[in-house]
Amino acid sequence: MSFGDYLILFGGMGLVTYLPRSLPLLYLAHKRMPQWLIDWLGLIPVAILSALLAPSLFTDAATRSLAFGKLELLVAVPTLIFALKTRSLGGTVLVGMLLYWLGGIV
Amino acid sequence: MNDTNKLIWRRGAAAAWPICLGYFPIGLALGVLAQKAGLPWWAVAMMSVMVFAGSAQFICVAMIAAGATTPAIILTTFVVNLRHVLMSSALAIYLKGVNRKFLAVYAYGVTDESFAVNLTRFREGQWDRWRALIVNHVANSVWILATVCGALAGQFVPQGALGIDYALTGMFICLLVFQLQGGIYIITGMLAAAFSIFWFLLIPGDSYIVGASMSAATIGYLLKRLYRRDN
Repeated sequence: MSFGDYLILFGGMGLVTYLPRSLPLLYLAHKRMPQWLIDWLGLIPVAILSALLAPSLFTDAATRSLAFGKLELLVAVPTLIFALKTRSLGGTVLVGMLLYWLGGIV
Repeated sequence: MNDTNKLIWRRGAAAAWPICLGYFPIGLALGVLAQKAGLPWWAVAMMSVMVFAGSAQFICVAMIAAGATTPAIILTTFVVNLRHVLMSSALAIYLKGVNRKFLAVYAYGVTDESFAVNLTRFREGQWDRWRALIVNHVANSVWILATVCGALAGQFVPQGALGIDYALTGMFICLLVFQLQGGIYIITGMLAAAFSIFWFLLIPGDSYIVGASMSAATIGYLLKRLYRRDN
């Protein structure tokens, strides 16, 4: 592919990535939002984080099947407990990495 | 730069480091795959600057390698990144009345990771839009750097070094804990987890993120209203 081909491809991809990120922000930040929308949006972060995490912990992505013994899940349990106890973001990341690394060696 | 500016920079960069730790290996991996698919390093840089969306970039590289057409790749990118509508809407609550120029720049850096970090900080208070913007752009710079490094020298990096592949998972786990601020949040989170697993198993593609989180938030919201009415 030439420079021009890449420019068209990435330009198009950039546009369709940017619009969903910008339009709600530009629109909603200057509008009085109804209370139900604020309440609903308040539950979106916890829901999105769970939806991002759960399939990576409980399923095998290659075969799209349930998997309960993955190292990702085994490490997630002590990592979760550490996060609940310390509420330290940096510490949790490092503990998770360390356990995952050790788990891979064992 | 005066002292306050310096402080804002330091706080913003400090909040971004877990993201950077996670982006670096993923960016390297993307660079290596892109190079194998025949993309020159400057095209990888161009893609990371113009698109800045991890999963869409991986899919793009795979589709280029498979000989897909440009419109097909753009359409797929659109579908994969639709979830950001939800994140950008949730962020709007904390960026009320901010001028549109700022918002237009800010929107460029809204990713799963920057959204999760910034929203958590906004909610805890003591966070402002400039620090949030720094988080976005520090993460973006690391992403660009990592993908280009991967394209140039990625084949020399050992796989799975130091458990770094777990950095983003660890970060999401802790940010999830920060979000659990009462029974309704725990219920919504558990519903979203269950929905996303079944959605992921039953329906091909990435719709499980948007589908599960919208369904869970809706049920959570209805439960909250029901509970309020009873009291």
